[in-house]
Amino acid sequence: MDKSDNSLAADAGGNDITRRGFLECMTWAGTGVLWAVSGGLPQAVGLGSALAAERVAKPFTFLQISDSHIGFSKAANPDTLTTLGEAVAKIKALPQKPSFIIHTGDISHLSKDEQFDNADQIIREVGLPVFYVPGEHDVLDPGQGKSYLDRYGKGSMGAGWYSFEHNGVHFIGLVNVVNLKAGGLGNLGDEQLEWLEKDLAGLSASTPIVVFAHIPLWAAYPEWGWGTDDSAQALSYLKRFGSVTVLNGHIHQIMQKVEGNISFHTARSTAYPQPEPGKAPAPGPLQVPAGELRNYLGVTTVDFIQGDKPLAIVDSALAG
Amino acid sequence: MTNFAEIKNTPHVRNDSQHLPRRAMVRALPIVFATAFVMPGVIAPLPASAADNAVTVEISNFVYSPKVITVAPGTTVTWVNHDDIPHTVTATEEAFRSPPLDTEDTFKFTFTTPGEYAYFCALHPQMTGGVVVKPAAG
Repeated sequence: MDKSDNSLAADAGGNDITRRGFLECMTWAGTGVLWAVSGGLPQAVGLGSALAAERVAKPFTFLQISDSHIGFSKAANPDTLTTLGEAVAKIKALPQKPSFIIHTGDISHLSKDEQFDNADQIIREVGLPVFYVPGEHDVLDPGQGKSYLDRYGKGSMGAGWYSFEHNGVHFIGLVNVVNLKAGGLGNLGDEQLEWLEKDLAGLSASTPIVVFAHIPLWAAYPEWGWGTDDSAQALSYLKRFGSVTVLNGHIHQIMQKVEGNISFHTARSTAYPQPEPGKAPAPGPLQVPAGELRNYLGVTTVDFIQGDKPLAIVDSALAG
Repeated sequence: MTNFAEIKNTPHVRNDSQHLPRRAMVRALPIVFATAFVMPGVIAPLPASAADNAVTVEISNFVYSPKVITVAPGTTVTWVNHDDIPHTVTATEEAFRSPPLDTEDTFKFTFTTPGEYAYFCALHPQMTGGVVVKPAAG
């Protein structure tokens, strides 16, 4: 399978993401997700492509990496710095330079300064802007997230949430890893939900939306905590938009789902895999046979082409 | 009454003195306490001299074991994380809050005031446990 061949899109057949989607996926197995945004509105929402073309001045790509867990050194991957470095090398080698990178959290393993430092040093080599949201491993300092905010939270609200525009696409970074409640899942909280509602209020329904957060904003596997208690409230604010894409990390594997106008994707980790839902006693690091780690840590490239083409996901392992 | 040999072979219950610092080894668990470890949630009888006692809660596979313990006032509870991923021991009502416990890290808290203390893992809040502190009967 040729991962550079966008015509693979047509093979996905019958997936109605395409009628409304503005993102088309092309997947490398796991260290990052490359998103190419081209065009504006899908035909499904009934607006003309000419209008869409006006809204999105020019196509662009961006890339998602996740769950670097710098500082983790157990058997599942004793050298998370090296695998992050390999992901960075992959990104630098891309023929089309992404506009920016989104990191969906768990940059560090234990929120230690040297872990953030080491991650930053490697990620900086890409030479692109990076937009972060924290994972639960990034808010373990005594200040419960202060270290993260001091480094990455400039211009953000609350525990680190924010939004920005790029070429007509509205990006929203949410934080669902603080103030977690006993027995619960990920948590956005009332303050952030109110902010989100206001943030979206002024936007036309034709604006493509990309939401990113660490823990899945859908019930990926609540038995293992893979979901967010109050995500339904957040998603209700997104219903009126024609095209919404939700990008998450946390579960260290690719899962996808389409619900109404919203498509959900999770990225693989750059550090170590986790078991498939329910296939182990607990969701801890999964140790794979020696030499196979990079089969689990590829890069996921997702590419969107305007029009009626299906979402295309192409996985290729880092190894080989 | 479960004997100690059986306890050692029970899943989620480990004879963990080798994982503990020397100080904890000195205070190795009396069999009467270890009995409670095979029956999470079951209240174990405690001797009157509980102030000298130590109880250990093991964390393995994202589970506190035993999930609920009952101890006398003055008991020091030690949590030990055996997972490859950090966990915390965070009281729901803020009576105590551990730092993140990396693999084989321990957290100790001495319970002096009778009451029911619910706790959870601040990283993985689906993990919950409890400590019931009450004077031994009689």
